[in-house]
Amino acid sequence: MSGLTRRQFIKIGAATAGAAAAGSGLVTRWWGLDDDPVHNPGTDGDRVVPTFCELCFWKCGVLAHVRDGRVTKITGNPAHPLSRGRLCPRGTGGTGLLYDPDRLKKPLMRRDKRGGEQVFEEVSWNEALDFTAQHLIGLKDKYGPEALALYSHGYGGSWFKHLMQAYGSKNIAAPSYAQCRGPREVAFQLTFGASLGSPEVLDLENSRVITLIGSHLGENMHNTQVQDFASAIDKGAQLIVVDPRFSTAAGKARYWLPIKPGTDIALLLAWMHVLINEGLYDREYVEKYAIGFDALREHVKDKTPEWAYTHTTIAPDVIVETARVMAGGRPASLVHPGRHVVWYGDDTQRSRAIAILNALLGSYARKGGIFVPSQLKLPKFPYKAYEHHPKAPPDTPKGSSYPLADETLAHGLCMATIPGTANYDIKGWLVYGTNLLMALPQPEEVKRAIQALDFMAVVDVLPAEITGWADVVLPEATYLERCDEIDNPPWKVPFAAVRQPVVEPMYDSKPGWWIAREIAQRLGLSDFFPWKDSLEYAIHRVHEAGYDCEQLRTTGVVLGKAKPTTIEDGLEPVFATPSGKIELFSQRIADAGFDPIPCFTPPEEPPSGQFRLLFGRAPTHTFARTTNNRMLGEIMSENELWVNATVVAELGLQHGEKVVAINQDGVRSQPIRLKATQRIRTDCVYMVHGFGHDAKGLTFARNRGADDARLVTRVKVDPLMGGTGMNVNFVRVEKA
Amino acid sequence: MSNSIQRFAMVVDTRLCVACKACVLACKAENAVPDGYARDWLIEEVRGQFPHLAAENRSERCNHCSRPPCVASCPTGASHLAQGGAVLVTHGKCTGCKACIASCPYDARYPHPAGYVDKCTFCLHRVEAGKLPACVEVCPTSCLHFGDLSNQDSDVSRLLRSRQGKVLHPETGCRPNVYFLA
Amino acid sequence: MNDAMLEVVHGRHNALIDPSLTIWNWEIPVYLFLGGLAAGLLILPALLELRAGDRLRSAALRWAPWISAGLLSLGMLALFLDLSYKAHVYRFYLAFEPTSPMSWGSWILMLAYPVAILLGLGGLSSGERERLSAWLGRFWLKAPLTFAIGLADSMRRSLLWAAIAVGAGLGIYTGVLLGAMSARLAWNSGVLGPLFLTSGLSTGAALLLLLRLDHSERHSVMLFDAGAIVAEMLLIAVLLIGFASGDRTAQHAFWQLTSGPWGAAFWALVVVTGLAVPLVMEAIEFRRRLPMVALTPVLVLVGGLALRFVLLAAGQASGFRDF
Repeated sequence: MSGLTRRQFIKIGAATAGAAAAGSGLVTRWWGLDDDPVHNPGTDGDRVVPTFCELCFWKCGVLAHVRDGRVTKITGNPAHPLSRGRLCPRGTGGTGLLYDPDRLKKPLMRRDKRGGEQVFEEVSWNEALDFTAQHLIGLKDKYGPEALALYSHGYGGSWFKHLMQAYGSKNIAAPSYAQCRGPREVAFQLTFGASLGSPEVLDLENSRVITLIGSHLGENMHNTQVQDFASAIDKGAQLIVVDPRFSTAAGKARYWLPIKPGTDIALLLAWMHVLINEGLYDREYVEKYAIGFDALREHVKDKTPEWAYTHTTIAPDVIVETARVMAGGRPASLVHPGRHVVWYGDDTQRSRAIAILNALLGSYARKGGIFVPSQLKLPKFPYKAYEHHPKAPPDTPKGSSYPLADETLAHGLCMATIPGTANYDIKGWLVYGTNLLMALPQPEEVKRAIQALDFMAVVDVLPAEITGWADVVLPEATYLERCDEIDNPPWKVPFAAVRQPVVEPMYDSKPGWWIAREIAQRLGLSDFFPWKDSLEYAIHRVHEAGYDCEQLRTTGVVLGKAKPTTIEDGLEPVFATPSGKIELFSQRIADAGFDPIPCFTPPEEPPSGQFRLLFGRAPTHTFARTTNNRMLGEIMSENELWVNATVVAELGLQHGEKVVAINQDGVRSQPIRLKATQRIRTDCVYMVHGFGHDAKGLTFARNRGADDARLVTRVKVDPLMGGTGMNVNFVRVEKA
Repeated sequence: MSNSIQRFAMVVDTRLCVACKACVLACKAENAVPDGYARDWLIEEVRGQFPHLAAENRSERCNHCSRPPCVASCPTGASHLAQGGAVLVTHGKCTGCKACIASCPYDARYPHPAGYVDKCTFCLHRVEAGKLPACVEVCPTSCLHFGDLSNQDSDVSRLLRSRQGKVLHPETGCRPNVYFLA
Repeated sequence: MNDAMLEVVHGRHNALIDPSLTIWNWEIPVYLFLGGLAAGLLILPALLELRAGDRLRSAALRWAPWISAGLLSLGMLALFLDLSYKAHVYRFYLAFEPTSPMSWGSWILMLAYPVAILLGLGGLSSGERERLSAWLGRFWLKAPLTFAIGLADSMRRSLLWAAIAVGAGLGIYTGVLLGAMSARLAWNSGVLGPLFLTSGLSTGAALLLLLRLDHSERHSVMLFDAGAIVAEMLLIAVLLIGFASGDRTAQHAFWQLTSGPWGAAFWALVVVTGLAVPLVMEAIEFRRRLPMVALTPVLVLVGGLALRFVLLAAGQASGFRDF
């Protein structure tokens, strides 16, 4: 560069470039050849409709931009307390669902073709609804209304739950209980007299120490929670992450404890031991609010860090140090209760241990801990009272029970369909928005149950695997094309949000409320659905509560008056337990015949050459529901099998090549790309759940990645509440 | 003229980023980026050996360099420095010769299927309207910050004063304006 | 930090960009090759004529400027084919961007044509001039032709120097085009300009050697070619030494060219086939006063083309993202 330093060269360059551009611009601008230098992509809507998201179940407020009748983009609603104007990737990807070319477009009915082959035939709504109603009437006449079960996951399901109860059945279940959050809810209910709900009532943003037990926030992308998590880190919160895998959250932690899977209770007991032994727990809080401390102290006396080390592989000094860090932050020291907690069948007890640990840290009803929410109360829309008093759900095997379950078990209802196994048989299924073949473990068992059904109707947006087994498929409009029930979850600030139609339903799809009401009319249950449409229903409830419905519709949300949520705010906590106190020792559990304080039982070891199969989430997807979304698929279109790099080398495999996982029962996964990584222990492997679709209609997701659910041929049922522990399967890994 | 004084910059707090890629999708939606392309992206780095590991997540995009080689290499003046030092491409001037793509050390540009070369614009069309870039607005962890480095009170200036920021490949001499906080 | 302990997940899959650039295909190396060839065909006859002090006698040399213009047009066609927004091609000529080698190049191309044409016209024999004049006369272009020929004859000496200048500009530019893109590690060298110029000279000479030259011309051209090859080998050595002694990005470029994915092509096609073998053959032919075999210049041409292909591919595959 001929003697010029780089600095001079560029300086001159930039100046002359500007001059030349101006010179040439003189000519081109004159002729109108230059477009606007700041190009506007034109994605702002000519209409902006506030509504709330359905890509997961957190229900963040969004703003849908509509231009020339097309949704151009979806952004966060700044007025909504759960999104605060920000969104996770799925929220933005909602248009990918709306414009998914694979959507169910017309009602479908199963027909027998000559030669025994069955096909779906497109039919009119009338025909499909008449057919459905006919079968429901037949079912009721033949077996009674309880023979019908509803599986529902998604906010539009409320109309069908209502329909079910009008019809006379309480057999309503969602995989989100016994296949997800159930044990945690039961444990916190038993300990504090309140479950945590969804969105979880955690004051993460004010936490000074956050302990995560297998909870992979950041990959588990619940918007508000991740916002609060990041905010806490930004404010200097310390992180302790317990996970066999170096999760995203572990990457931010001061302490990563790569625990041996299945040994969490040992660690939790050892932490309690240190807190009590060193007098680090919140003595005042425990004395004031808790019972059973002496029993707990006795119980954990011998649960030393050295003892825990032999089970968990976490060094004793690390256990002591992390316990001290935890105590240092109290009461703003939160041991996160997790969300998907059905791992080893001891999940209620593990969640109890987490609850007890939180109690020792004094974090319940405390700033930076678990807060006590308030809810905006909305009156019911007046409709006829339910007339039936249905029999209790047959969701447990005949003669057995899960004494502490407080919701119906989806897996149990499914199994009750296999004749003679439960107190009575289920004969008909309504399936709303849940792909049971991937949402429930043991898909082969699910298929067996389906074969025993008289009738199955599926309401869905996409032709997921479950639709292929239905007698009738009712295509629902997406959340952007319909109005559902008002969302008013318990939260820091009580609020109510509206889901309103952004665009007209595409194809011949119909909103859930309409489908439910049409079925009800055909069943003679019109009195239970006295509203013109769901919007009238929703607005009425908010109006009757005395809130501004104009504001609701223009901003998407109305806020109630905030009440104290923590002791620091002036809250006087109330514990809805039998003792009226935090129950460190639970008499209810003792009465049910189980350990009143959690005990540790070592887990089964993987046989030689096999690895414990773990699964989890990616921020871009909600289980198997979003993997056909092409917009999200651009970000993540397949999952990978994480295997420790050393193990990969020992197995003679290559990073990036396709492998299969074969479980203890010989079930093979689909081919899946191998991720050789330092980020996981050598005794387990990991994949993101939700991939490996085989439904023909899902033309994007089909044959991408592997489905973990089919490898879960074995579950360990939680004896307290019936949760299905799924991390109890072992696989070996081979070249595909 | 105030435009010539402004110096737009972005600061990415890698400590907060969870690599969720909300920024990628928000950008794609806002800017109608065609299928198969992205103007911003995530790099996830993990260093070390089990169990001693450290991670860094970076939401990356065009660095809107103060000495942009892409602008220098553009034969038609399509690539240019716009308001606040943002590097833009005038679609109507671009021949698709791709010299700018080859000259970018950060590989931040791509050929748009319509023919011109496309890249991050710092959402200048939004900034002009007083809004933040789409990626900054959407980020659930608030790890992205956008502002004017010539304004000492701006978010980005304060962050770079109080914390250690790095740019990618400073050795290129391009003087990038996207900073990463460790 | 040990690189083996670094796991990187690249979350982007832009077509033609990831995992490494593939924005340029055959069009660009072909253009660079033809541009260099055209430069050689402008410079070499001009030098010979200046040295001889008289008009060149053989048709091949007299016609060289026309061949140059023709090859340049083919090269520009290749360049045009590469543009992804072809309708905007005119934009090259609504701007001059002094920092952009491509802008320089597009204007140099515009200078090369009049120089080549005037040089070509001046080199026509009287018979050729008459036939051309008759043919153009059909399009009422006799007068401009007469004017141009008059100009070409009167400015012959200036034109020869102009051809050398424009040719040198053209030849260097084809190298600087890549060399200025320091983002591509294998191009990040100031040697590329002179290297491509010498390669243009040697391939230009090689092309002439394939045509009919008289004995003394052939002798000069062959000598010239050998000189250019020696210079090119030296420049390649300088390029490699520069890379080998540079920072880790330069060392990566060194590795790419000498032993990486392009190592084999580089050594076999560029160095051995394109330079060493023809040089030895030329030396033998020269020493022993053997008749030249056509293979020698063909190898030089193959080597020149391979040089552009190898460098283009290696450059696109290398970037700062790997560091």
